[in-house]
Amino acid sequence: MDAICTESLTKTFRSSWPGKPPVTVVRDLNLTVNREEVFGFLGPNGSGKTTTMKMLLGLAQPTKGTVRLLGRPTSEVNVRQQIGFLPEAPYFYTYLTAEEVLLFYGRLAGLSGQSLNRRVEEMLEMVGLMEARRRQLGKFSKGMLQRVGLAQALIHDPTLVILDEPMSGLDPIGRKEVRDLIMRLRRQGKTVFFSTHIIPDVETLCDRVGIIAGGRLLACGRVDELVEGRTRTVDVVCDGLHERNLAPLNGLASSIVQQNRQHLITLSHPERLEELLAAIKARGGKLVSVTPHKGSLEELFFSSIQVEAKA
Amino acid sequence: MRSIVVIAFNTFRENLRDKILYNLLIFAGLLMGASILIGALTIDEQDKIIADMGLASINLIGVIIAIFVGIGLVSKEIERRTIYTILAKPISRSQFILGKYVGLAITLAVNLVIMFAVFVFTLWMTQVTITMVLVQAAALMMVEFLVVTATALFFSTFSTPTLSAALTLGLYLIGHLTSDLKALAEKSSSEVTKAVMTALYYLCPNLELLNVKGQAVSGVPLDWSYQFSATLYGLLYASLLLAGAATIFQRRDF
Repeated sequence: MDAICTESLTKTFRSSWPGKPPVTVVRDLNLTVNREEVFGFLGPNGSGKTTTMKMLLGLAQPTKGTVRLLGRPTSEVNVRQQIGFLPEAPYFYTYLTAEEVLLFYGRLAGLSGQSLNRRVEEMLEMVGLMEARRRQLGKFSKGMLQRVGLAQALIHDPTLVILDEPMSGLDPIGRKEVRDLIMRLRRQGKTVFFSTHIIPDVETLCDRVGIIAGGRLLACGRVDELVEGRTRTVDVVCDGLHERNLAPLNGLASSIVQQNRQHLITLSHPERLEELLAAIKARGGKLVSVTPHKGSLEELFFSSIQVEAKA
Repeated sequence: MRSIVVIAFNTFRENLRDKILYNLLIFAGLLMGASILIGALTIDEQDKIIADMGLASINLIGVIIAIFVGIGLVSKEIERRTIYTILAKPISRSQFILGKYVGLAITLAVNLVIMFAVFVFTLWMTQVTITMVLVQAAALMMVEFLVVTATALFFSTFSTPTLSAALTLGLYLIGHLTSDLKALAEKSSSEVTKAVMTALYYLCPNLELLNVKGQAVSGVPLDWSYQFSATLYGLLYASLLLAGAATIFQRRDF
């Protein structure tokens, strides 16, 4: 059973002004998140990440398509017993203290008595707010509110944790703490689905990643699988080529640099490697090394967005 | 049920920590003080004026709280985005609506009890006779608050706070003039006016049914069967509005 499964998930907002065209922010999203994996939902601002998350949680109704969380439709209230959610830049009742807010969310999640009190203590300890437990949230910094947000999302020990931009607005220490927390959740066997536009976070934390732009899922899979086969450039080092023989190679190579007796030829079109190697051999050159340079997730991300923008 | 209680308790706590409520209580005290003062300046009618001013103050403050806190019950949660984390927990939208409503209803009841206690104390201090009909009038006021709160909540599920306040206030005023609507329908020669007025008469709550302040001030006993049927009417009307609010809220996107 998948942790998250969407089929043709689409969200279109109709304008209240007559004549203004409707805007589709999520289009035919088919997404599967496996259990016990950390999944990064990567996309630029306004790409449809938050709307997708809202549809996952039933906060927004899909115009088309279906959502299943842990094998059950999102409309089932009880499925949320196993789901923890942290919205982007979370807001809470400012008149409550950190302890009160966790008691409130814990009760909403069905906890009570000693187990609730114990869990509140654990969460306050985990997010480092034990000292500030009796302070009203109105006096909390943004980073502290984010910690409260994480604590309320995890208060009922959910199986699936959905985090919308969990690192947003945090300082480096705060970001590291959130990263550590996600790693800890993974070790505990939880499924973590988080949205971000920070690529290194995805590379560090995620088993799999989905790239969304313009409301479309442009790529989805393991980070290494996605960048595999996306060889960007190939460096070919060869020996024994004369200057006069280099001219025909210029059409193939993006640059040719001489280093002592050797030449470093950079090929920007890896599919023409065979052609280049044959040309080197034909001109009496001796192959020393061939080094392919793989593309990074960042390059994949930008190229996907560019393709989407052109489309 | 448990989720409703959790939301209700939190709403009540929010209202308690909201300084506006305390200010309104002070306002009630001042108004009652003024009623004594006005009563002292009049001859013969002192008892009636004190009782009248007291009940009117309690009613006015309750209605103000019901409207202006009622319209914010849901809209504030959406505006502050606190609704995201709440509805992500195992709670249905109708439970949320009902919890918010019950929370404000408790606040209104507590306010009413406190104001009524101050009112009775004022009567006792000025040696005005305290009758059962005063309690009955206060109880019907509470029913009116419940109807007004449900109205404010209903409008706030699909309109802006300002518009919700205007609509609720409008319905409250019409609710006290429904007998005039009926009379207008009967007297009007235009079929359209007749139809509109008749429709309004049946659609709008008849809040005058819940207004027995005049009778209470005069000390005329109120029949318990009337008390019961008026309460039932108010509660039914509020329930219908709440059902409507829950239905609309169910379809909303956040």
